[in-house]
Amino acid sequence: MRHELPQPPEAASNVWHPATTESRTARFILVGVALVFLGLFLLLPLIAVFFEAFRKGPAAYFAAFADHDALAAIRLTLLVAAIAVPLNLVFGVVAAWTIAKFEFKGKAFLTTLIDLPFSVSPVISGLVYVLLFSTHSALGPWLKSQGIEILFAVPGIVLATVFVTFPFVARELIPLMQEQGTTDEEAALSLGANGWQTFWHVTLPNIKWGLLYGVLLCNARAMGEFGAVSVVSGHIRGLTNTMPLQVEILYNEFNTVAAFAVASLLALLALVTLVLKTLLELRYGAELAANGGH
Amino acid sequence: MKHSRISLSLAAALFAATVSFQSLSAAHADTTLLNVSYDPTRELYKDYNAAFAAKWKADTGETLTIQTSHGGSGAQARSVIDGLDADVVTLALESDISAIAKATKKINPDWRTKYPHNSAPYTSTIVFLVRKGNPKGIKDWGDLIKDGVEVITPNPKTSGGARWNYLAAWAWANGQYGGDEAKIKDYIGNLFQHVPVLDSGARGSTTTFAQRELGDVLLAWENEAYLASDEFGADKFDIVVPPQSILAEPPVAVVDGNVDAKGTRKVAEAYLQYLYSAEGQTIAAKHFYRPSEPKLVSADLLKKLPELKLVTIDDPIFGGWAKAQPYHFGDGGTFDQIYKPKK
Repeated sequence: MRHELPQPPEAASNVWHPATTESRTARFILVGVALVFLGLFLLLPLIAVFFEAFRKGPAAYFAAFADHDALAAIRLTLLVAAIAVPLNLVFGVVAAWTIAKFEFKGKAFLTTLIDLPFSVSPVISGLVYVLLFSTHSALGPWLKSQGIEILFAVPGIVLATVFVTFPFVARELIPLMQEQGTTDEEAALSLGANGWQTFWHVTLPNIKWGLLYGVLLCNARAMGEFGAVSVVSGHIRGLTNTMPLQVEILYNEFNTVAAFAVASLLALLALVTLVLKTLLELRYGAELAANGGH
Repeated sequence: MKHSRISLSLAAALFAATVSFQSLSAAHADTTLLNVSYDPTRELYKDYNAAFAAKWKADTGETLTIQTSHGGSGAQARSVIDGLDADVVTLALESDISAIAKATKKINPDWRTKYPHNSAPYTSTIVFLVRKGNPKGIKDWGDLIKDGVEVITPNPKTSGGARWNYLAAWAWANGQYGGDEAKIKDYIGNLFQHVPVLDSGARGSTTTFAQRELGDVLLAWENEAYLASDEFGADKFDIVVPPQSILAEPPVAVVDGNVDAKGTRKVAEAYLQYLYSAEGQTIAAKHFYRPSEPKLVSADLLKKLPELKLVTIDDPIFGGWAKAQPYHFGDGGTFDQIYKPKK
């Protein structure tokens, strides 16, 4: 948020007034507490991951990625994210659009429903799919007779991931779109644009930063999800283990270096996402401030 | 135009996803065999799979891909019940395979008689892992309750391995006190007073002992003890084999319903049968499982697995798992009676 604060009348005088009334010491303490907290809870663990990963040298680190099972886990994680993120991108935009721009009965209910995956434990999310598609379910035996594998196979992992990453894009867009209102769209429509033109030239440019942020969060979670995926995976090595599951397996096998090497790759993916976001913000900062986006 | 560019990249992403999806399914279409196993057998089956695939190729010319899945034994049984398409199951407990047979009817009820030695190609037992030089002089179960000795074992309520530890201690005390149950309970209660942390699983306890360096002795599977000592340095630990312990027989079975549906019965049966061959038994011994047919294994390998008196779960002291489980570990069972968490 980079809102310009309105200048207080005293600003015209020669005496400089800080924006807040706390003393210098109080501010130092507050900033210090925040930094120590960040250092202890975010930076230190991150450093520890890389420290452990490189403890036996770079050769051992890179050897961890030559392993067939680790490569398969990386491929599967990327595949799952490549399916789940676009799906939730489309869904998120549609849902946010519906909720923010229209009035209809049951809107509050729909909004709550979108939040469901946030409030349900991921283990439960996974178990739901086990109940739906297991051999004792109504659907399971029929799917099996058609030769369709869902549970303990890639489709189940994709479904569970889509479920847990469902709210990210929509949740990011709904407040933004509600704040922006419908005046821009109304103007476009009254000037003769059709629905699609309005969306591509008016709505999308307005929401693109929120959308990008939502997609980044969605992607991070899709690649990092453990609980729900663990329940539906079946843990077949080199086939249905994603990166987070592979990290756990390697760690439990006392293969600490490989476990932290794969973990460091996950952390790196997160860092790359953050750097990308920051770069985009720097590049388009002016435009961003003008749009009042994040 | 923005519109077409976005839809183009979306189409490209979907296309990429479909292609990699198909390549995954293609890998699945070869002759594959899925072995659903439990946690500590990973290294064992990694070697065994390579050996069997080579033998199968030599015998039949077929290229065989063997997949494995590892997890807690009970959880793995649950997955097979829920539809995990296992050709064979190689689990920790007889009751886990029986649970699959009962719930799905996919395994014949007489599965235990299908292979020699109750369908257990290898066995294991509980031993003591102590700090180098055994500074507390721990040699037998009675030494565990000496003053100042701290014992590391997981919680029998949640861990299968911990139940074996518990029953091994029980069996020793039963011999020591001539079957006087009050005295046995005293001993077990005393033993658990010497446990500073009850982890929820066997690997957790190993980590507590080896990495966090808590306790003087870890009650562990023989193969886990060797694995930990290999992993953390043989100069840090000694393995003490007590004069008496318990015999665990991790069984194997073909999942008949699945192999008949997939047409893999022949290869699945050969896979389990080969565990009893000289090569299969040698691989098991190399990973510190006790071979069921020790005469097929070189004396050199057997040296690390010394003879000791082994009590089985079917011994009259316990009367089989179906009886021992509720009696000792059910609500209000002997463990609940003797265990008082430290305040």
